[in-house]
Amino acid sequence: MTNSWTDIRNTDLVVIMGGNAAEAHPCGFKWVTEAKANRGAKLIVIDPRFTRSASVSDLYAPIRQGTDIAFLLGLINYCIQKDKVQWDYVKAFTNAAYVVKQGFTYQDGLFSGYDEAKRDYDKSSWDYDIGPDGFAVVDETLANPRCVWNLLKKHVAVYTPEMVERICGTPKDRFLKVAAMVAETSSPTKAMTSMYALGWTQHSKGSQNIRAMAMLQLVLGNIGIRGGGMNALRGHSNIQGLTDLGLMSNLLPGYLTLPTQKEPDLAAYMSTRGFKPLRPNQLSYWQNYKKFFVSFQKSMWGSAATPENDFAYDYLPKLDLPGYDLLRAFELMHQGKVNGYFCQGFNPLQAAPNKKKVIESLSKLKFLVIMDPLDTETGRFWENHGPYNDVDPSQIQTEVYQLPSTCFAEDDGSLVNSGRWLQWHWAGGTPPGKAKRDTWIMAQLYLHLKELYTKEGGAFPDPIIKLNWPYADPGDPKAEELAQEINGRALARVTDTADPTKVLAEAGKLLPAFAALRDDGSTACGCWIYSGCFNENGNNMARRDTTDPDDAGFYSKWAFSWPANRRILYNRASADRTGKPWDPSRKVIAWDGQKWSGYDVPDIAPTAKPDQVGPFIMNPEGVSRLFTRGMMRDGPFPAHYEPFESPIVNPVAPKVRGNPAARVFEGDMAQFAEAASKEFPYAATSYRLTEHFHFWTKHVIVNAVMQPEFFVEISEQLAAEKGIVKGGWVRVWSKRGSVVAKAMVTKRIKPLICDGKTIHIVGIPLHWGFTGAAKKGFGPNMLTPFVGDANIETPEYKAFLVNIEPAPGPAA
Amino acid sequence: MNVELSRRAFLQTAGAGLAGTTLGAFGFADIEAAHAAAIRSFKLANTTETRNTCPYCSVACGIILYSKGDLRKGEKADITHIEGDTDHPTNRGTLCPKGSALLGFVKSPTRLQHPMVRKPGSDKFEPISWEDALGRIARLMKDDRDKNFVARNNDGVTVNRWITTGFLAASASTNETAFATYKVVRSAGMLVFDNQARV
Repeated sequence: MTNSWTDIRNTDLVVIMGGNAAEAHPCGFKWVTEAKANRGAKLIVIDPRFTRSASVSDLYAPIRQGTDIAFLLGLINYCIQKDKVQWDYVKAFTNAAYVVKQGFTYQDGLFSGYDEAKRDYDKSSWDYDIGPDGFAVVDETLANPRCVWNLLKKHVAVYTPEMVERICGTPKDRFLKVAAMVAETSSPTKAMTSMYALGWTQHSKGSQNIRAMAMLQLVLGNIGIRGGGMNALRGHSNIQGLTDLGLMSNLLPGYLTLPTQKEPDLAAYMSTRGFKPLRPNQLSYWQNYKKFFVSFQKSMWGSAATPENDFAYDYLPKLDLPGYDLLRAFELMHQGKVNGYFCQGFNPLQAAPNKKKVIESLSKLKFLVIMDPLDTETGRFWENHGPYNDVDPSQIQTEVYQLPSTCFAEDDGSLVNSGRWLQWHWAGGTPPGKAKRDTWIMAQLYLHLKELYTKEGGAFPDPIIKLNWPYADPGDPKAEELAQEINGRALARVTDTADPTKVLAEAGKLLPAFAALRDDGSTACGCWIYSGCFNENGNNMARRDTTDPDDAGFYSKWAFSWPANRRILYNRASADRTGKPWDPSRKVIAWDGQKWSGYDVPDIAPTAKPDQVGPFIMNPEGVSRLFTRGMMRDGPFPAHYEPFESPIVNPVAPKVRGNPAARVFEGDMAQFAEAASKEFPYAATSYRLTEHFHFWTKHVIVNAVMQPEFFVEISEQLAAEKGIVKGGWVRVWSKRGSVVAKAMVTKRIKPLICDGKTIHIVGIPLHWGFTGAAKKGFGPNMLTPFVGDANIETPEYKAFLVNIEPAPGPAA
Repeated sequence: MNVELSRRAFLQTAGAGLAGTTLGAFGFADIEAAHAAAIRSFKLANTTETRNTCPYCSVACGIILYSKGDLRKGEKADITHIEGDTDHPTNRGTLCPKGSALLGFVKSPTRLQHPMVRKPGSDKFEPISWEDALGRIARLMKDDRDKNFVARNNDGVTVNRWITTGFLAASASTNETAFATYKVVRSAGMLVFDNQARV
């Protein structure tokens, strides 16, 4: 989230699209209710199902899953056509005026540079014209036909209300009502907030779904302000933290990236990470990249990371591919190229797409290690559970370890909520049996491995043996010790660069904040964006002061939010070019002629002059991007692509199947149903219930009683057509698998008309499996396709094709 | 808001405050004492409170764990009740149908209790000690790493990667667990590394 849960109280309009906060984030959704009750805010819900969020909305619009970009670009087109644009914001704070290079084109669903064989683009034409002064060329008058604004205008023109209806199935009059309400927030004194979740991410173009809304929010001037923003409602309690800390194939903590094999040394690595400003006077904060990187290396390898060895640059593995994400991991496993696998609090047998492929993959492992508080299906993938897990254990040679870990109630530490608040919690109970904390398990594994390498030698043991492991009890690091390591420490005295007489931190002391980081090896810091979380003032994540001046919703003394305890990202954009808040009643910070101050920590240098330094300090432009240059794999603008399994052919680009830049492994394409398939005519989607949390709460008796059994949800019309009765059994199958479920026949799902054709939707909730207290059941992942988003490989769980028929119940 | 006023302190005094009440005004002081003695104290008054946050979704509601026994005193602590934390700015004491049943998660009959191993081709888990399990896993890791570690690629560039063993990290473990995990996984050279964020 750019903003926080408590900030939603400040909004005028909530758009829930790609999520269902009332059911999936109930206690956060209460702030929507607050905004409605206390300031007359309105709620719009756009969803294929009439959810509980929809049931309390002011306006509900149905949409076919997988068509959000057409809807959102339709809204941008409407705002441009009706001149509902916050012009001062767009001109000052976006790249609308930047001139794009000759050669950039978009035609028939493809941008310039497409290579069909590689399913990838040569992105060199997706960039600005760079002037002789080395800066990007801009045309403040927006007259140049090649400026971003004019290219955007042209790009979205096809998404008329009629085209939105044709693609999305949203009736035109309903779309126009949504558009009118959204467009009103182009006023500098109106705010709209976007609340989204997995309904947007779990598509082969998930990243572009989110970009499309971010662009709309920029056109409306709703980023950086109270009650505005792009608010990702993260699914799990510390998904934000795990991502911040870089637990992904290609990341280092704090959104630094792992080197590739094209970068043989630190100089080569830094040569593409210079972040030279693209306009005069801009901060381009990533210019500090080397300070963050070197401090991270010092926290990893301490005294073994020296200027002479490029700060242990060779100790980091180098990538040969964009990344080894979950889908690639299972693909390689399926090919027999992975021997060992660890699952720490993750249940991929249930959570990954195409379960049959996942079982086959796990069966090829030599060893599998599970660390979990619960008895997961993945830990028992080798065990026969009839139709729910139809395997022969004697044929599976995988050695499986099931290690019991503690749960939240038995562990200390911090979790990062959706609003980027790092909140500390304390253990209150003794773990059951011999269960151990994950920190203990990881430390023990490390010490065993280190001992083997110390005794026996082996392949490049240095990074293992020399790993910085400075804990009082090396076998059981304390959460506080690790938190301090993440915050960072001065290894030598650190002084202010502007005033060397001013000491920021003495050697050995905790760093006050990331501004104290250095690139000469004098500081160590595990994750630069968290620096300040545990400094010499103490554990700031454990703060419990509920002070909130003027009830503005910031709670700046409660816990710690990254970065720098800032509660609203891009908050400089809440004020105009002179530093005056767009809306005085919605002030975040303001310029007093000398400096910035206000309710929040300014997201700008405190003395940066408002008419010179742009608010988007992480971008070399200093402004936000309506056109994103070559930074996304599938285009500098979003474009409508159908899901890989789609009930209609793409109306705006009939020749393009799915997202043309999404990676598809050999063999998986053959397992996709063709567009407008007669064999698989129904558009299926997966979703979650308010009574359950993923695959965890089926282990909780109360929740298992509330929602005991797997079902699928269909419309009354489809039920009548297929002779399916409420509560009766049905079989649902895709090109990859088949499930049996109870039918829930409802008015919450209605058929849509898309491209002149009636489209029936089948809803498939995901909470059941074969362990726990609930009845055994299938999930949607017996059916889902094995393909991910073009940029970050989130699987396309939300849109695929199935068939359905009445069926006899499962054998008792 | 005064965050120091503990719920337990409030409960402990609530049963013995008749002095200012109608009974006290009528001069029935002895009755007050007898009455107070007759009231059974609240069960929660005998528990230890611990501040925590809900492990499910990213709203991260504040919760209070009530336990018999106090970990900080080195005692065994048995959690008997969990409820919303009224001081928390986001949830202000409320919990959803999932968070309200958190005690059932802590006490779930399918919580894992002991390390187990399933041998190749076997149809059952068997108990194993922590020491044996960790020793064996470290051995499996080292053998695979030594055999398949790539120090240099075909162009002779130092790449130091290990891609035949992978690690899938969690979604609800702490930042501190995450960082410890990061250090162990990356220092071994693993690239097949992911978490639940993209799933």
